[in-house]
Amino acid sequence: MSKGVLAIAEQVEGVFRKVTYEALSEGRRIADHLGSELTALVLGTDVENISEELKPYGPDRIVVADSPALNEFLTDAYTNVIYDFIHKETPDVIILGASTQGKDVSARLSARLNAPLAMDCVAIRFEDNRLIATRYMYGGKILADVELDGTPKILAFRPNALDITNTDGAGTLQKIDVDTGATALQFIDKRLDTDKKEITEADTVVAGGRGMGGPDFAVIESLAELLDGAVGASRSAVDEGWRPSSDQVGQTGKVVSPNLYIACGISGAIQHFAGMSSSKVVVAINKDPEAPIFAKADYGIEGDLYEIVPLITEEIRKLKG
Amino acid sequence: MEIAVLLKQVPATESLIGIAEDGVSVKTDGIKWVINPYDEFAVEEALRIKEAHGGSVTIISVGSEKTAEAIRTALAMGADKGMLINDPASAGYDGLKTARILAAVLKEVPFDLIIAGQRAVDDDNYQVAPATAEFLDIPHISMVIKQEITDTKIRCHRTIDGGTAILETQLPALITTQRGLNEPRYASLPGIMKAKKKPIDIKNVADLGLDSEHMGEPLTKIVSMKTPPDRKGGIMIQGDSAQAKAAELVRILHEETKVL
Repeated sequence: MSKGVLAIAEQVEGVFRKVTYEALSEGRRIADHLGSELTALVLGTDVENISEELKPYGPDRIVVADSPALNEFLTDAYTNVIYDFIHKETPDVIILGASTQGKDVSARLSARLNAPLAMDCVAIRFEDNRLIATRYMYGGKILADVELDGTPKILAFRPNALDITNTDGAGTLQKIDVDTGATALQFIDKRLDTDKKEITEADTVVAGGRGMGGPDFAVIESLAELLDGAVGASRSAVDEGWRPSSDQVGQTGKVVSPNLYIACGISGAIQHFAGMSSSKVVVAINKDPEAPIFAKADYGIEGDLYEIVPLITEEIRKLKG
Repeated sequence: MEIAVLLKQVPATESLIGIAEDGVSVKTDGIKWVINPYDEFAVEEALRIKEAHGGSVTIISVGSEKTAEAIRTALAMGADKGMLINDPASAGYDGLKTARILAAVLKEVPFDLIIAGQRAVDDDNYQVAPATAEFLDIPHISMVIKQEITDTKIRCHRTIDGGTAILETQLPALITTQRGLNEPRYASLPGIMKAKKKPIDIKNVADLGLDSEHMGEPLTKIVSMKTPPDRKGGIMIQGDSAQAKAAELVRILHEETKVL
């Protein structure tokens, strides 16, 4: 009999990240397959109220680790609390989002538990009793199936890779005692671009490259804003200092898989494809009819992005009424 | 300040990657091998810290014999010495097994600070550096874009989803690099000449008191590989004017692909 699936929720300033709902939905599917329970673990300060919001995603139980010591994410404190819970509950599968937090925590947990980890995976399946995870390697140039051998199996899912499903929410809420144990990391400060959408979680990404010609990304920003999307950049645009490195899409930047990716003035180096080729629909706008991006885009427009993009924005605005 | 840099040799990012006959590894012939780009930031940052605080920089790699070339490049940039754990089987190791080997090395090498890339751009695993810190029982801070060392503490600006956080911790500690941390220097000609005389200590896992049995089988193992479905060349939107093209694109995105 399986001992259950543990989904680790992630909230920032009292708001759950979208990847949390994705992880819970997948956790529900895995728990159903294994005939076991799904537990959600929420960490933070004053998070009991918001924990109710997880119910529609199917946990049988929502466990809340509420403590002033968990107000800011610190890898060591969070890992200690999660580890203690795992040690007590011995789940078979641990599922979380491969966000910056999730990457740190899952890597630490795998070492502490001597447990297999599928980092930044995009899908899983069971073959008999084997758990196989699919993940990209070489910045998206290779899709590998990896088998996880050992317990617990840790699945850190890439944001935007999983479907969110609503289930009847009947989960019970339970608070646990929190002991962050021995810690060495100290939080000093943070700065969140609250009005800036995280590029890996956005449904639409509008990205600019060398063809932008300078740091003024206003035309792209207004299109992204209209579509409630995020602004991305090619490596050249980041190297030129036009955009921060956190906007970079590509093999040495972020890998994104939005529903719609609009590449503006991006020629399409192989490293860039690696970062966006799993997008559902790709649109390219470029002056150069020979730009390699056109060979990979579903739809291309040859032309000056400064002329075309505002027209597209205008058309969409009309459409939206 | 004794600084250890964890370095991996990887295929250059412009490489076309093909799957080898065994179906679980990639073709290596014709590949240009380079220092993992994130590890290059690590080497550069180590050199800058050494320039500011004194000390030495040791490059540590797990790989095949060929990896010595990457270590030599780091020595030419200015690192002092290298250590290679030559283990031809290491390409098939998971992050945990590699981290175990690195931790075993670092138990013998004195360090105040370990710097590693946030990930290697081949496995894209993000696991080795934090797992190494875990095995050494030291704190780590990932994706650092700026660091300051004062006495026995390090303060780091790191990338988080949607922003930046500032964290501080005691040394010894491990940090991983993020683009924006620095601009790696090129090896100078005198640097390349000097590097030829710098020591690279080559060992195998048995020298570290580790053996395959002790370390066990990798817990995460590649069972098959494929190349993602190639995106087919698309449709060029035609129209008499930019206005007509924009309208047609929006119509398609709305009516046909339904992403709008």
